[in-house]
Amino acid sequence: MGMGRTPPVGLMRITCTVNGKQVSADDVWAGESLLYVLRERLGLFGSKNACEQGECGSCSVYLDGKLVCACLVLGGQAEGREIVTVEGIGSDGALHAVQEAFVEAGAVQCGFCTPGLIVAAHDLLNRIPEPSTVQIREALAGNICRCTGYAKIIDAVHLAARGLAQSR
Amino acid sequence: MEFLQPTTWTEALEMKAAHPEALPIAGGTDVMVEINFDRQRPAAVIDLTKVAELEEWGTENGMLRVGAGVTYSRIIEELGGRLPGLAMASRTVGSPQIRNRGTVGGNLGSASPAGDAHPPLLSSGALVELASASGSRRVPVREFFVGPKRNAMRNDELIAAFLVEPTRGPEQFSKVGTRNAMVIAVCSFAIALDVERKRVGTGIGSAGPTPLAAIDAEEFMAGVLDESGLWERPADVDPNAVARFGELVAAAARPIDDVRGTAAYRRHALAVLARRTFTWAWDERRRSA
Repeated sequence: MGMGRTPPVGLMRITCTVNGKQVSADDVWAGESLLYVLRERLGLFGSKNACEQGECGSCSVYLDGKLVCACLVLGGQAEGREIVTVEGIGSDGALHAVQEAFVEAGAVQCGFCTPGLIVAAHDLLNRIPEPSTVQIREALAGNICRCTGYAKIIDAVHLAARGLAQSR
Repeated sequence: MEFLQPTTWTEALEMKAAHPEALPIAGGTDVMVEINFDRQRPAAVIDLTKVAELEEWGTENGMLRVGAGVTYSRIIEELGGRLPGLAMASRTVGSPQIRNRGTVGGNLGSASPAGDAHPPLLSSGALVELASASGSRRVPVREFFVGPKRNAMRNDELIAAFLVEPTRGPEQFSKVGTRNAMVIAVCSFAIALDVERKRVGTGIGSAGPTPLAAIDAEEFMAGVLDESGLWERPADVDPNAVARFGELVAAAARPIDDVRGTAAYRRHALAVLARRTFTWAWDERRRSA
C-alpha cells in the first residue's frame, strides 16, 4: 500500500492545527470523535458534548474553514487539518464582537449552547455580513437552545453584524 | 477497530479489497452516529476524506459525473443550476453543519429509504458508479436500492461517483417533516420533466422499504401531456389528470406505520406532494415556453 496510514493497532497519534497551534494527541482510539479528542485529550472544553448525533450543534467548530459538528468527525479525519474552536474565536479579556453581542443582547441563559452558537454565528457573519432574520434562522437551524426561545439570540446576531460593520 | 486512511483512489480500492469488512466513512453524518451510540462497531473504518478524486465533478459525454465525496453544500453552490432537483433536496438536508460534511455518496452507501438525495436521483435516472480493485460498473439508481438500508454493492466495492444528465426541464422536490431543518422525511417526492424526450420522472422517499419510482404515474402523466400536445404547446393540464397522477404516486408507495407517521398519512401526503410538485414544475414549463 502507498502513502496512507494503517496503524497495526487501534490507537494512534493525531497531529493537527487547533486555533493556530500545531498539537498532537496520543492513544486516540480509531472510533473516537474529534469532539472527544478536543475535550478529553486536548483539554479544550468550549465545544460541548450533548447529542453526539449532529442534532444540537453544541460542538460546532471549523474544520478547514467549514462549520461542522465535531461529534461527527472521526478523530483520525482531523489528521493534518486545521481546526478552530470557540476558544480560537475570542481570547481572555478580549471577546469577539459576536461574543460581546450575545452578552449585551441577553442571548445567554444556561450557556450550554452558547459556544456552538458563537461559532455558527461567526461563520454566518463571515459569509453574509448583514444577514436578514430569515438567513439567521436558516444558518442557526442546527443549533438547539432550550432556554432562550431564540429571540435574544437572533437579536444578538443582528447586533454583532452592526458592531462588525462599524468596526470595518 | 482499525483506522484505514488511503490518500488516493487506487489505494482506497486496494484497502477495501484487503479489508472487505471495513466500513467506509466520508462526512460521518450517518457513520459517526452509529459509532457514537455503539450501534455498530466495525472491525475497521476506511476514511475517504483524503482521497481528492472523490471531491471532483465534471462532464462526461454530456452527463455530469459527480464524485461521491462532493458535499451537499457544494451541490447547492456549484451544481444548483444544472441539478436543480437535487439541489432543492440538498437544501432540506440537516443543517449547515450537516450539509458541509454530508455527501451524496454517503447517502447512497447508507441507502436509507429516507435519504433526501434519493428521490431526485430516481426522478432524473441517475447512475451509481461502483468501483473495486478489479474494475468498475455503473448501476442505474432505480436498481441500486434492494432493501431497507441495503444496496447493490459488493463488499469489495466503494462508491466512486454518480452520473446524471444536467437538467432537461423543470424539476421539483418536496418533503414532509415536523420542522424546516434537521428532519428525517416523513415522506418526500421528486419530479423531473424531460421536455425533449417527453418523459416524466418521479422519486418517492421514506414511504417504502427502499426509495421508489412511481412508474405507472410517470407513464400516465407523460401520456396525458403527449395526447393533448401539451409538451409542444404547454397549457392547463386537466385537474382530474393531475389528481389521478397523485393517486398513482400514492399507490406506488409501500409505506409502513412508524414513529414519524402512519402509512395512511404518508399515502395521503404523497398524493398532495405529487400534485403540488407537478403543478409547480408545469407552471415553470409554461413560463419558459
